Amino acid sequence: MTTTDSSTPARVPTGRRRIGDVIFANTASGAGALILLILAGVAAFLIIQSMDSLRANTVNFFTTTDWNASTREDPAFGVAALAFGTVLAATIALLLATPVAIGIALFIVYYAPRRVAALLGYIVDLLAAIPSVVYGLWGVVFLVGQLRPFYDALENYLGWIPLFAGPVSATGRTMLSAGLVLAVMILPIITAMSRDVFHQVPQANREAALALGATRWEMIRMAVLPFGRPGVIGGAMLGLGRALGETMAVAMILSPSLVISPFLLQSGNQTIAAHIALQYPEATGYGVSALIAAGLVLFAITLAVNMGARFIVARRKEFS
Amino acid sequence: MAKRIDVSGLHVYYGDFLAVEDVSMTIEPRSVTAFIGSSGCGKSTFLRTLNRMHEVNPNARVEGKVMLDDLDIYGPDVDPVAVRREIGMVFQRANPFPTMSIYDNVIAGAKLNNQRLSKREADEIVERSLRGANLWEEVKDRLHKPGAGLSGGQQQRLCIARATAVEPEVLLMDEPCSALDPISTLAIEDLIANLKENYTIVIVTHNMQQAARVSDRTAFFNLAGTGKPGRLIEMGDTNRIFTKPEKKETENYITGRFG
Repeated sequence: MTTTDSSTPARVPTGRRRIGDVIFANTASGAGALILLILAGVAAFLIIQSMDSLRANTVNFFTTTDWNASTREDPAFGVAALAFGTVLAATIALLLATPVAIGIALFIVYYAPRRVAALLGYIVDLLAAIPSVVYGLWGVVFLVGQLRPFYDALENYLGWIPLFAGPVSATGRTMLSAGLVLAVMILPIITAMSRDVFHQVPQANREAALALGATRWEMIRMAVLPFGRPGVIGGAMLGLGRALGETMAVAMILSPSLVISPFLLQSGNQTIAAHIALQYPEATGYGVSALIAAGLVLFAITLAVNMGARFIVARRKEFS
Repeated sequence: MAKRIDVSGLHVYYGDFLAVEDVSMTIEPRSVTAFIGSSGCGKSTFLRTLNRMHEVNPNARVEGKVMLDDLDIYGPDVDPVAVRREIGMVFQRANPFPTMSIYDNVIAGAKLNNQRLSKREADEIVERSLRGANLWEEVKDRLHKPGAGLSGGQQQRLCIARATAVEPEVLLMDEPCSALDPISTLAIEDLIANLKENYTIVIVTHNMQQAARVSDRTAFFNLAGTGKPGRLIEMGDTNRIFTKPEKKETENYITGRFG
Protein backbone atom coordinates (compact mmCIF):
# COMPACT_ATOMS: atom_id res chain seq x y z
CA MET A 1 0.00 0.00 0.00
CA THR A 2 2.52 2.60 1.14
CA THR A 3 5.93 3.05 -0.34
CA THR A 4 8.89 3.85 1.85
CA ASP A 5 10.98 5.53 -0.80
CA SER A 6 12.91 8.29 0.97
CA SER A 7 12.81 10.75 -1.95
CA THR A 8 8.99 10.96 -2.05
CA PRO A 9 6.67 11.36 0.92
CA ALA A 10 4.80 8.20 1.92
CA ARG A 11 1.62 7.91 -0.10
CA VAL A 12 -1.44 8.15 2.07
CA PRO A 13 -4.42 6.00 1.10
CA THR A 14 -7.11 8.42 0.06
CA GLY A 15 -10.00 5.99 0.38
CA ARG A 16 -10.90 6.70 -3.24
CA ARG A 17 -11.37 3.63 -5.39
CA ARG A 18 -9.48 3.29 -8.61
CA ILE A 19 -11.62 3.71 -11.72
CA GLY A 20 -10.54 0.43 -13.35
CA ASP A 21 -11.49 -1.43 -10.20
CA VAL A 22 -14.95 0.12 -10.16
CA ILE A 23 -15.59 -0.72 -13.80
CA PHE A 24 -14.46 -4.29 -13.37
CA ALA A 25 -16.48 -4.84 -10.18
CA ASN A 26 -19.63 -3.47 -11.81
CA THR A 27 -19.17 -5.52 -14.97
CA ALA A 28 -18.73 -8.69 -12.94
CA SER A 29 -21.77 -8.00 -10.75
CA GLY A 30 -23.75 -7.14 -13.86
CA ALA A 31 -22.86 -10.46 -15.47
CA GLY A 32 -23.87 -12.23 -12.26
CA ALA A 33 -27.18 -10.42 -12.09
CA LEU A 34 -27.86 -11.17 -15.76
CA ILE A 35 -27.96 -14.91 -15.04
CA LEU A 36 -30.60 -14.39 -12.38
CA LEU A 37 -32.58 -12.13 -14.72
CA ILE A 38 -32.52 -14.69 -17.50
CA LEU A 39 -33.61 -17.46 -15.16
CA ALA A 40 -36.42 -15.31 -13.75
CA GLY A 41 -37.42 -14.23 -17.25
CA VAL A 42 -37.69 -17.82 -18.48
CA ALA A 43 -39.68 -18.85 -15.43
CA ALA A 44 -42.02 -15.87 -15.82
CA PHE A 45 -42.51 -16.58 -19.52
CA LEU A 46 -43.36 -20.22 -18.82
CA ILE A 47 -45.81 -19.37 -16.07
CA ILE A 48 -47.59 -16.54 -17.88
CA GLN A 49 -47.85 -18.30 -21.22
CA SER A 50 -49.10 -21.53 -19.72
CA MET A 51 -51.82 -19.88 -17.60
CA ASP A 52 -54.07 -19.47 -20.61
CA SER A 53 -54.43 -23.20 -21.25
CA LEU A 54 -54.22 -24.30 -17.63
CA ARG A 55 -57.25 -22.13 -16.80
CA ALA A 56 -59.24 -23.57 -19.67
CA ASN A 57 -58.18 -27.15 -18.93
CA THR A 58 -61.17 -29.31 -18.03
CA VAL A 59 -59.22 -32.05 -16.28
CA ASN A 60 -56.48 -32.20 -13.64
CA PHE A 61 -53.21 -31.28 -15.35
CA PHE A 62 -51.03 -33.33 -13.02
CA THR A 63 -52.96 -36.61 -12.97
CA THR A 64 -54.25 -36.85 -16.54
CA THR A 65 -52.31 -38.81 -19.15
CA ASP A 66 -54.22 -37.78 -22.29
CA TRP A 67 -53.27 -34.78 -24.41
CA ASN A 68 -56.15 -33.08 -26.24
CA ALA A 69 -55.12 -29.48 -26.28
CA SER A 70 -55.25 -28.38 -29.92
CA THR A 71 -58.76 -27.05 -29.68
CA ARG A 72 -60.44 -23.81 -28.62
CA GLU A 73 -63.12 -25.62 -26.64
CA ASP A 74 -62.79 -27.79 -23.59
CA PRO A 75 -59.13 -28.80 -23.84
CA ALA A 76 -58.31 -31.86 -21.73
CA PHE A 77 -54.65 -32.56 -21.24
CA GLY A 78 -52.34 -33.70 -18.49
CA VAL A 79 -48.65 -34.13 -17.95
CA ALA A 80 -48.71 -37.31 -15.84
CA ALA A 81 -47.56 -39.76 -18.53
CA LEU A 82 -45.04 -37.33 -19.94
CA ALA A 83 -43.48 -36.51 -16.58
CA PHE A 84 -43.31 -40.20 -15.75
CA GLY A 85 -41.64 -41.00 -19.10
CA THR A 86 -39.17 -38.16 -18.69
CA VAL A 87 -38.06 -39.25 -15.24
CA LEU A 88 -38.01 -42.92 -16.26
CA ALA A 89 -35.79 -42.38 -19.32
CA ALA A 90 -33.41 -40.15 -17.41
CA THR A 91 -33.23 -42.55 -14.47
CA ILE A 92 -32.41 -45.50 -16.74
CA ALA A 93 -29.71 -43.41 -18.42
CA LEU A 94 -28.23 -42.36 -15.09
CA LEU A 95 -28.22 -45.86 -13.63
CA LEU A 96 -26.52 -47.26 -16.70
CA ALA A 97 -24.04 -44.44 -17.27
CA THR A 98 -22.78 -43.59 -13.78
CA PRO A 99 -21.06 -46.89 -12.89
CA VAL A 100 -19.49 -47.09 -16.35
CA ALA A 101 -18.34 -43.46 -16.12
CA ILE A 102 -16.76 -44.02 -12.71
CA GLY A 103 -15.03 -47.11 -14.08
CA ILE A 104 -13.66 -45.25 -17.09
CA ALA A 105 -12.51 -42.35 -14.93
CA LEU A 106 -10.74 -44.66 -12.45
CA PHE A 107 -9.11 -46.51 -15.33
CA ILE A 108 -7.90 -43.28 -16.91
CA VAL A 109 -6.51 -41.86 -13.68
CA TYR A 110 -5.17 -44.91 -11.84
CA TYR A 111 -4.78 -47.88 -14.12
CA ALA A 112 -4.06 -46.92 -17.72
CA PRO A 113 -0.51 -46.24 -18.90
CA ARG A 114 -0.06 -42.51 -19.37
CA ARG A 115 -0.35 -42.47 -23.17
CA VAL A 116 -3.41 -44.72 -23.24
CA ALA A 117 -4.98 -42.51 -20.58
CA ALA A 118 -4.43 -39.35 -22.61
CA LEU A 119 -5.88 -40.94 -25.74
CA LEU A 120 -8.87 -42.32 -23.88
CA GLY A 121 -9.56 -38.98 -22.22
CA TYR A 122 -9.50 -37.35 -25.63
CA ILE A 123 -11.93 -39.90 -27.08
CA VAL A 124 -14.33 -39.41 -24.18
CA ASP A 125 -14.29 -35.66 -24.83
CA LEU A 126 -14.97 -36.33 -28.51
CA LEU A 127 -17.98 -38.40 -27.56
CA ALA A 128 -19.42 -35.31 -25.91
CA ALA A 129 -19.11 -33.34 -29.13
CA ILE A 130 -21.37 -35.62 -31.20
CA PRO A 131 -24.69 -33.85 -31.87
CA SER A 132 -27.73 -35.49 -30.33
CA VAL A 133 -29.45 -35.92 -33.68
CA VAL A 134 -26.58 -38.18 -34.71
CA TYR A 135 -27.06 -40.26 -31.60
CA GLY A 136 -30.74 -40.43 -32.47
CA LEU A 137 -30.02 -41.65 -36.00
CA TRP A 138 -27.53 -44.20 -34.73
CA GLY A 139 -30.04 -45.35 -32.15
CA VAL A 140 -33.00 -45.75 -34.45
CA VAL A 141 -31.24 -47.06 -37.55
CA PHE A 142 -28.66 -49.33 -35.96
CA LEU A 143 -28.92 -49.86 -32.23
CA VAL A 144 -32.56 -50.79 -31.77
CA GLY A 145 -32.24 -53.56 -34.34
CA GLN A 146 -29.16 -54.98 -32.64
CA LEU A 147 -30.88 -54.93 -29.28
CA ARG A 148 -33.74 -57.30 -30.22
CA PRO A 149 -31.97 -60.58 -29.32
CA PHE A 150 -30.73 -59.03 -26.09
CA TYR A 151 -34.26 -57.92 -25.20
CA ASP A 152 -35.63 -61.37 -25.98
CA ALA A 153 -33.08 -62.91 -23.65
CA LEU A 154 -33.88 -60.34 -20.98
CA GLU A 155 -37.57 -61.20 -21.20
CA ASN A 156 -36.83 -64.94 -21.14
CA TYR A 157 -34.67 -64.90 -18.05
CA LEU A 158 -35.79 -61.83 -16.15
CA GLY A 159 -39.38 -61.58 -17.40
CA TRP A 160 -40.61 -62.37 -13.90
CA ILE A 161 -39.46 -58.89 -12.87
CA PRO A 162 -42.31 -56.59 -13.95
CA LEU A 163 -39.83 -54.12 -15.51
CA PHE A 164 -38.79 -56.72 -18.08
CA ALA A 165 -42.19 -58.32 -18.72
CA GLY A 166 -43.12 -59.12 -22.33
CA PRO A 167 -44.23 -58.97 -24.99
CA VAL A 168 -41.03 -57.45 -26.35
CA SER A 169 -41.66 -54.63 -28.81
CA ALA A 170 -41.07 -55.84 -32.36
CA THR A 171 -39.33 -52.63 -33.39
CA GLY A 172 -37.13 -52.36 -30.29
CA ARG A 173 -38.12 -48.69 -30.03
CA THR A 174 -38.66 -48.88 -26.30
CA MET A 175 -37.95 -46.96 -23.14
CA LEU A 176 -34.88 -49.10 -22.50
CA SER A 177 -33.48 -48.26 -25.95
CA ALA A 178 -34.06 -44.55 -25.33
CA GLY A 179 -32.46 -44.86 -21.90
CA LEU A 180 -29.47 -46.67 -23.40
CA VAL A 181 -28.85 -43.99 -26.02
CA LEU A 182 -29.25 -41.28 -23.36
CA ALA A 183 -26.76 -43.16 -21.21
CA VAL A 184 -24.19 -43.04 -24.00
CA MET A 185 -24.87 -39.33 -24.43
CA ILE A 186 -24.35 -38.43 -20.78
CA LEU A 187 -21.39 -40.78 -20.30
CA PRO A 188 -18.75 -38.19 -21.35
CA ILE A 189 -19.86 -35.46 -18.96
CA ILE A 190 -20.00 -37.79 -15.96
CA THR A 191 -16.67 -39.32 -16.93
CA ALA A 192 -15.00 -35.94 -17.37
CA MET A 193 -16.23 -34.63 -14.00
CA SER A 194 -15.24 -37.84 -12.20
CA ARG A 195 -11.85 -37.90 -13.86
CA ASP A 196 -11.12 -34.33 -12.80
CA VAL A 197 -12.06 -34.93 -9.19
CA PHE A 198 -10.13 -38.22 -9.04
CA HIS A 199 -7.08 -36.34 -10.30
CA GLN A 200 -7.42 -33.94 -7.38
CA VAL A 201 -7.25 -36.54 -4.62
CA PRO A 202 -4.22 -35.41 -2.60
CA GLN A 203 -1.21 -37.69 -2.88
CA ALA A 204 -1.00 -37.60 0.93
CA ASN A 205 -4.38 -39.35 1.18
CA ARG A 206 -3.47 -41.99 -1.34
CA GLU A 207 -0.12 -42.66 0.33
CA ALA A 208 -1.83 -42.89 3.70
CA ALA A 209 -3.95 -45.74 2.40
CA LEU A 210 -1.05 -47.48 0.67
CA ALA A 211 1.13 -47.22 3.77
CA LEU A 212 -1.55 -49.09 5.73
CA GLY A 213 -1.13 -51.97 3.33
CA ALA A 214 -4.02 -51.18 1.01
CA THR A 215 -4.05 -52.69 -2.47
CA ARG A 216 -4.73 -50.31 -5.31
CA TRP A 217 -8.44 -51.08 -5.25
CA GLU A 218 -8.56 -50.70 -1.47
CA MET A 219 -6.73 -47.41 -1.80
CA ILE A 220 -9.36 -46.27 -4.30
CA ARG A 221 -12.18 -47.29 -1.97
CA MET A 222 -10.53 -45.72 1.07
CA ALA A 223 -9.13 -42.48 -0.25
CA VAL A 224 -10.31 -41.80 -3.79
CA LEU A 225 -14.02 -42.57 -3.91
CA PRO A 226 -14.99 -40.83 -0.66
CA PHE A 227 -12.99 -37.78 -1.66
CA GLY A 228 -14.46 -37.77 -5.17
CA ARG A 229 -18.05 -38.40 -4.12
CA PRO A 230 -19.33 -34.80 -4.37
CA GLY A 231 -17.70 -34.40 -7.77
CA VAL A 232 -19.16 -37.63 -9.09
CA ILE A 233 -22.60 -36.66 -7.83
CA GLY A 234 -22.19 -33.26 -9.45
CA GLY A 235 -21.26 -34.89 -12.75
CA ALA A 236 -24.16 -37.31 -12.50
CA MET A 237 -26.56 -34.43 -11.91
CA LEU A 238 -25.24 -32.53 -14.92
CA GLY A 239 -25.77 -35.73 -16.89
CA LEU A 240 -29.23 -36.17 -15.46
CA GLY A 241 -30.07 -32.60 -16.42
CA ARG A 242 -29.03 -33.32 -19.97
CA ALA A 243 -30.94 -36.62 -20.04
CA LEU A 244 -34.11 -34.96 -18.73
CA GLY A 245 -34.02 -32.27 -21.37
CA GLU A 246 -32.77 -34.32 -24.31
CA THR A 247 -35.20 -34.02 -27.17
CA MET A 248 -34.00 -35.18 -30.54
CA ALA A 249 -32.60 -38.62 -29.74
CA VAL A 250 -35.63 -39.59 -27.68
CA ALA A 251 -38.09 -38.24 -30.25
CA MET A 252 -36.42 -40.35 -32.94
CA ILE A 253 -36.15 -43.55 -30.96
CA LEU A 254 -39.34 -43.86 -28.94
CA SER A 255 -42.57 -44.83 -30.59
CA PRO A 256 -44.66 -42.63 -28.37
CA SER A 257 -47.87 -43.32 -26.58
CA LEU A 258 -49.24 -41.41 -23.65
CA VAL A 259 -49.47 -44.10 -21.04
CA ILE A 260 -47.76 -44.69 -17.73
CA SER A 261 -46.07 -47.98 -18.40
CA PRO A 262 -43.31 -49.47 -16.26
CA PHE A 263 -42.60 -52.15 -18.86
CA LEU A 264 -39.26 -51.18 -20.32
CA LEU A 265 -39.29 -53.71 -23.16
CA GLN A 266 -42.70 -52.80 -24.53
CA SER A 267 -43.39 -49.83 -26.72
CA GLY A 268 -45.01 -46.88 -25.01
CA ASN A 269 -44.24 -43.84 -22.87
CA GLN A 270 -43.04 -40.46 -24.01
CA THR A 271 -40.93 -37.69 -22.53
CA ILE A 272 -41.85 -34.04 -22.13
CA ALA A 273 -39.09 -32.69 -24.34
CA ALA A 274 -39.77 -35.08 -27.21
CA HIS A 275 -43.49 -34.50 -26.91
CA ILE A 276 -43.05 -30.74 -27.19
CA ALA A 277 -40.83 -31.11 -30.24
CA LEU A 278 -43.20 -33.49 -32.00
CA GLN A 279 -46.46 -31.69 -31.13
CA TYR A 280 -45.42 -28.08 -31.60
CA PRO A 281 -45.68 -27.94 -35.43
CA GLU A 282 -49.30 -29.12 -35.27
CA ALA A 283 -50.40 -27.24 -32.19
CA THR A 284 -53.46 -25.04 -32.58
CA GLY A 285 -55.97 -23.55 -30.17
CA TYR A 286 -54.73 -24.06 -26.64
CA GLY A 287 -52.04 -26.41 -27.97
CA VAL A 288 -49.03 -24.09 -27.75
CA SER A 289 -49.92 -22.84 -24.31
CA ALA A 290 -50.42 -26.42 -23.10
CA LEU A 291 -47.01 -27.41 -24.44
CA ILE A 292 -45.51 -24.45 -22.57
CA ALA A 293 -47.19 -25.77 -19.43
CA ALA A 294 -45.44 -29.09 -20.05
CA GLY A 295 -42.20 -27.15 -20.46
CA LEU A 296 -42.83 -25.52 -17.10
CA VAL A 297 -43.08 -28.94 -15.50
CA LEU A 298 -39.78 -29.98 -17.12
CA PHE A 299 -38.22 -26.77 -15.81
CA ALA A 300 -39.48 -27.58 -12.31
CA ILE A 301 -38.22 -31.18 -12.46
CA THR A 302 -34.75 -30.09 -13.56
CA LEU A 303 -34.64 -27.44 -10.85
CA ALA A 304 -35.70 -29.96 -8.21
CA VAL A 305 -33.07 -32.45 -9.36
CA ASN A 306 -30.33 -29.84 -9.15
CA MET A 307 -31.37 -28.68 -5.71
CA GLY A 308 -31.57 -32.28 -4.54
CA ALA A 309 -28.03 -32.85 -5.78
CA ARG A 310 -26.77 -29.78 -3.98
CA PHE A 311 -28.42 -30.99 -0.82
CA ILE A 312 -26.71 -34.39 -1.11
CA VAL A 313 -23.33 -32.78 -1.74
CA ALA A 314 -23.70 -30.32 1.14
CA ARG A 315 -24.99 -32.82 3.68
CA ARG A 316 -21.58 -34.26 4.48
CA LYS A 317 -19.67 -31.03 4.09
CA GLU A 318 -18.25 -31.40 7.58
CA PHE A 319 -16.24 -34.34 6.26
CA SER A 320 -14.78 -32.71 3.17
CA MET B 1 6.34 -57.69 17.39
CA ALA B 2 9.34 -55.61 16.34
CA LYS B 3 11.75 -57.02 13.82
CA ARG B 4 15.28 -56.22 12.73
CA ILE B 5 15.97 -54.57 9.38
CA ASP B 6 19.17 -55.41 7.56
CA VAL B 7 20.07 -53.34 4.52
CA SER B 8 23.00 -54.29 2.33
CA GLY B 9 24.37 -52.49 -0.71
CA LEU B 10 21.19 -50.55 -1.48
CA HIS B 11 21.13 -48.15 -4.43
CA VAL B 12 18.03 -46.07 -5.15
CA TYR B 13 17.34 -44.78 -8.64
CA TYR B 14 14.82 -42.39 -10.15
CA GLY B 15 14.92 -43.48 -13.76
CA ASP B 16 18.63 -43.26 -14.62
CA PHE B 17 19.41 -40.87 -11.78
CA LEU B 18 21.16 -42.47 -8.83
CA ALA B 19 19.62 -40.79 -5.77
CA VAL B 20 21.11 -42.84 -2.94
CA GLU B 21 24.29 -44.85 -3.25
CA ASP B 22 25.36 -48.05 -1.56
CA VAL B 23 23.73 -47.96 1.85
CA SER B 24 24.30 -50.83 4.27
CA MET B 25 23.00 -50.71 7.83
CA THR B 26 21.32 -52.68 10.55
CA ILE B 27 18.29 -51.27 12.34
CA GLU B 28 17.79 -52.89 15.73
CA PRO B 29 14.37 -53.97 16.99
CA ARG B 30 12.74 -52.18 19.95
CA SER B 31 14.90 -49.13 19.48
CA VAL B 32 14.69 -45.77 17.78
CA THR B 33 16.99 -45.10 14.85
CA ALA B 34 17.25 -41.52 13.60
CA PHE B 35 18.29 -40.47 10.10
CA ILE B 36 19.81 -37.00 10.00
CA GLY B 37 21.37 -34.97 7.21
CA SER B 38 20.77 -31.87 5.14
CA SER B 39 17.80 -31.49 2.79
CA GLY B 40 17.96 -33.53 -0.38
CA CYS B 41 20.57 -35.95 0.95
CA GLY B 42 18.31 -38.91 0.29
CA LYS B 43 17.33 -39.86 3.83
CA SER B 44 13.59 -39.66 3.14
CA THR B 45 14.05 -41.42 -0.17
CA PHE B 46 15.95 -44.17 1.59
CA LEU B 47 13.31 -44.39 4.32
CA ARG B 48 10.58 -44.92 1.71
CA THR B 49 12.45 -47.86 0.22
CA LEU B 50 12.22 -49.67 3.57
CA ASN B 51 8.50 -50.33 3.04
CA ARG B 52 8.52 -50.04 -0.75
CA MET B 53 6.55 -46.77 -0.66
CA HIS B 54 8.99 -45.35 -3.22
CA GLU B 55 7.21 -47.55 -5.78
CA VAL B 56 4.34 -45.03 -5.77
CA ASN B 57 6.67 -43.15 -8.11
CA PRO B 58 6.70 -45.34 -11.22
CA ASN B 59 10.28 -44.36 -12.14
CA ALA B 60 11.81 -45.28 -8.80
CA ARG B 61 13.65 -48.56 -8.37
CA VAL B 62 16.26 -50.07 -6.11
CA GLU B 63 19.19 -52.43 -6.30
CA GLY B 64 20.45 -54.26 -3.25
CA LYS B 65 18.87 -56.12 -0.42
CA VAL B 66 16.56 -55.23 2.48
CA MET B 67 15.89 -58.02 4.98
CA LEU B 68 13.10 -57.88 7.56
CA ASP B 69 14.37 -60.58 9.93
CA ASP B 70 14.69 -63.38 7.38
CA LEU B 71 12.31 -62.01 4.75
CA ASP B 72 13.87 -60.33 1.72
CA ILE B 73 11.29 -57.57 1.11
CA TYR B 74 12.43 -57.22 -2.51
CA GLY B 75 12.20 -60.95 -3.08
CA PRO B 76 10.52 -62.02 -6.32
CA ASP B 77 7.39 -63.39 -4.62
CA VAL B 78 6.96 -60.61 -2.11
CA ASP B 79 3.91 -58.39 -2.47
CA PRO B 80 4.60 -54.73 -1.59
CA VAL B 81 1.13 -54.61 -0.02
CA ALA B 82 2.16 -57.32 2.44
CA VAL B 83 5.41 -55.47 3.19
CA ARG B 84 3.50 -52.30 4.05
CA ARG B 85 1.23 -54.19 6.43
CA GLU B 86 4.37 -55.18 8.37
CA ILE B 87 6.13 -51.84 8.09
CA GLY B 88 3.87 -48.87 8.81
CA MET B 89 4.55 -45.25 7.99
CA VAL B 90 3.82 -41.80 9.39
CA PHE B 91 4.26 -38.85 7.07
CA GLN B 92 5.61 -35.33 7.34
CA ARG B 93 2.18 -33.76 7.03
CA ALA B 94 -0.54 -35.36 9.09
CA ASN B 95 -2.83 -36.99 6.55
CA PRO B 96 -5.98 -38.36 8.17
CA PHE B 97 -8.61 -39.37 5.64
CA PRO B 98 -10.67 -36.18 5.31
CA THR B 99 -13.94 -37.97 4.70
CA MET B 100 -13.66 -40.23 7.73
CA SER B 101 -14.38 -39.79 11.42
CA ILE B 102 -11.66 -40.19 14.04
CA TYR B 103 -12.95 -43.70 14.75
CA ASP B 104 -13.02 -44.72 11.09
CA ASN B 105 -9.54 -43.32 10.52
CA VAL B 106 -8.07 -45.48 13.26
CA ILE B 107 -9.89 -48.62 12.17
CA ALA B 108 -9.31 -48.13 8.42
CA GLY B 109 -6.15 -50.23 8.20
CA ALA B 110 -7.33 -52.91 10.60
CA LYS B 111 -10.46 -53.33 8.45
CA LEU B 112 -8.29 -54.16 5.45
CA ASN B 113 -6.79 -57.15 7.23
CA ASN B 114 -10.02 -58.32 8.75
CA GLN B 115 -13.25 -57.54 6.91
CA ARG B 116 -15.47 -59.16 9.53
CA LEU B 117 -14.34 -57.19 12.52
CA SER B 118 -17.00 -57.25 15.21
CA LYS B 119 -18.10 -53.97 16.74
CA ARG B 120 -16.57 -54.95 20.06
CA GLU B 121 -13.20 -55.89 18.54
CA ALA B 122 -13.17 -52.66 16.53
CA ASP B 123 -13.96 -50.61 19.63
CA GLU B 124 -11.10 -52.31 21.44
CA ILE B 125 -8.62 -51.66 18.66
CA VAL B 126 -9.65 -48.01 18.42
CA GLU B 127 -9.34 -47.43 22.15
CA ARG B 128 -6.05 -49.32 22.46
CA SER B 129 -4.50 -47.49 19.49
CA LEU B 130 -5.69 -44.07 20.60
CA ARG B 131 -4.47 -44.71 24.16
CA GLY B 132 -1.16 -45.87 22.66
CA ALA B 133 -0.94 -42.60 20.78
CA ASN B 134 -1.77 -40.53 23.89
CA LEU B 135 -4.87 -39.23 22.17
CA TRP B 136 -7.70 -41.17 23.81
CA GLU B 137 -8.48 -38.71 26.60
CA GLU B 138 -8.68 -35.83 24.13
CA VAL B 139 -10.99 -37.44 21.59
CA LYS B 140 -12.98 -40.14 23.41
CA ASP B 141 -16.10 -37.94 23.45
CA ARG B 142 -15.98 -37.12 19.77
CA LEU B 143 -14.87 -40.30 18.08
CA HIS B 144 -17.43 -39.86 15.32
CA LYS B 145 -16.44 -36.33 14.43
CA PRO B 146 -14.17 -35.77 11.41
CA GLY B 147 -10.48 -36.42 11.97
CA ALA B 148 -9.65 -33.31 9.98
CA GLY B 149 -11.20 -31.19 12.75
CA LEU B 150 -8.38 -31.93 15.17
CA SER B 151 -5.35 -29.72 15.70
CA GLY B 152 -2.18 -30.45 13.72
CA GLY B 153 -0.49 -32.24 16.60
CA GLN B 154 -3.61 -34.27 17.36
CA GLN B 155 -3.94 -35.18 13.69
CA GLN B 156 -0.38 -36.47 13.67
CA ARG B 157 -1.04 -38.57 16.76
CA LEU B 158 -4.21 -39.81 15.05
CA CYS B 159 -2.06 -40.90 12.12
CA ILE B 160 0.27 -42.70 14.52
CA ALA B 161 -2.74 -44.43 16.09
CA ARG B 162 -3.93 -45.40 12.62
CA ALA B 163 -0.51 -46.82 11.74
CA THR B 164 -0.20 -48.80 14.99
CA ALA B 165 -3.76 -50.14 14.81
CA VAL B 166 -2.61 -52.69 12.22
CA GLU B 167 0.14 -53.81 14.65
CA PRO B 168 3.10 -53.51 12.30
CA GLU B 169 6.59 -54.75 13.15
CA VAL B 170 8.27 -51.51 12.21
CA LEU B 171 7.14 -47.89 12.20
CA LEU B 172 8.77 -45.46 9.78
CA MET B 173 8.38 -41.75 10.54
CA ASP B 174 9.23 -39.19 7.90
CA GLU B 175 9.84 -35.89 9.72
CA PRO B 176 6.70 -36.38 11.82
CA CYS B 177 7.13 -33.15 13.79
CA SER B 178 8.35 -30.74 11.16
CA ALA B 179 4.90 -29.13 10.77
CA LEU B 180 4.16 -29.02 14.52
CA ASP B 181 4.62 -26.52 17.32
CA PRO B 182 7.03 -27.34 20.19
CA ILE B 183 4.35 -28.62 22.58
CA SER B 184 2.87 -30.98 20.01
CA THR B 185 6.41 -32.03 19.11
CA LEU B 186 7.09 -32.90 22.73
CA ALA B 187 3.90 -34.98 22.84
CA ILE B 188 5.04 -36.94 19.79
CA GLU B 189 8.55 -37.42 21.19
CA ASP B 190 7.12 -38.80 24.44
CA LEU B 191 4.98 -41.08 22.35
CA ILE B 192 7.98 -42.33 20.39
CA ALA B 193 9.71 -43.22 23.64
CA ASN B 194 6.69 -45.34 24.63
CA LEU B 195 6.29 -46.93 21.22
CA LYS B 196 9.80 -48.30 21.12
CA GLU B 197 8.84 -50.84 23.78
CA ASN B 198 6.90 -52.65 21.06
CA TYR B 199 8.14 -51.45 17.71
CA THR B 200 11.21 -50.93 15.66
CA ILE B 201 11.15 -47.20 14.97
CA VAL B 202 12.97 -45.29 12.26
CA ILE B 203 12.61 -41.51 12.25
CA VAL B 204 13.85 -39.00 9.71
CA THR B 205 14.41 -35.60 11.25
CA HIS B 206 15.94 -32.26 10.43
CA ASN B 207 16.16 -31.42 14.05
CA MET B 208 19.39 -32.65 15.64
CA GLN B 209 18.18 -32.00 19.18
CA GLN B 210 15.25 -34.21 18.38
CA ALA B 211 17.50 -36.96 17.09
CA ALA B 212 19.60 -36.65 20.25
CA ARG B 213 16.52 -36.75 22.49
CA VAL B 214 14.57 -39.63 21.00
CA SER B 215 16.99 -41.97 19.27
CA ASP B 216 19.23 -44.79 20.39
CA ARG B 217 21.19 -44.89 17.18
CA THR B 218 21.78 -42.21 14.57
CA ALA B 219 22.67 -42.43 10.90
CA PHE B 220 24.11 -39.40 9.14
CA PHE B 221 23.49 -39.01 5.41
CA ASN B 222 25.18 -36.54 3.11
CA LEU B 223 25.54 -35.76 -0.57
CA ALA B 224 28.83 -36.60 -2.21
CA GLY B 225 28.48 -33.22 -3.96
CA THR B 226 25.92 -31.22 -5.96
CA GLY B 227 24.13 -33.55 -8.37
CA LYS B 228 25.84 -36.54 -6.79
CA PRO B 229 23.96 -39.29 -4.96
CA GLY B 230 23.35 -39.27 -1.22
CA ARG B 231 25.42 -41.64 0.92
CA LEU B 232 25.40 -42.98 4.44
CA ILE B 233 28.41 -41.32 6.04
CA GLU B 234 28.36 -42.73 9.50
CA MET B 235 26.09 -44.64 11.84
CA GLY B 236 26.40 -45.45 15.51
CA ASP B 237 25.06 -44.95 19.01
CA THR B 238 23.45 -41.53 19.20
CA ASN B 239 25.63 -40.51 22.12
CA ARG B 240 28.77 -41.35 20.28
CA ILE B 241 27.68 -39.68 17.01
CA PHE B 242 26.95 -36.44 18.84
CA THR B 243 30.04 -36.47 21.06
CA LYS B 244 32.78 -38.30 19.17
CA PRO B 245 31.90 -38.54 15.48
CA GLU B 246 34.44 -40.52 13.48
CA LYS B 247 34.06 -38.57 10.24
CA LYS B 248 34.88 -34.93 9.67
CA GLU B 249 31.65 -34.43 7.65
CA THR B 250 29.54 -35.63 10.55
CA GLU B 251 31.32 -33.34 12.95
CA ASN B 252 30.85 -30.36 10.64
CA TYR B 253 27.15 -31.09 10.36
CA ILE B 254 26.37 -31.65 14.03
CA THR B 255 28.35 -28.62 15.11
CA GLY B 256 26.37 -26.52 12.65
CA ARG B 257 29.25 -25.66 10.38
CA PHE B 258 27.08 -26.54 7.41
CA GLY B 259 23.68 -28.00 6.51
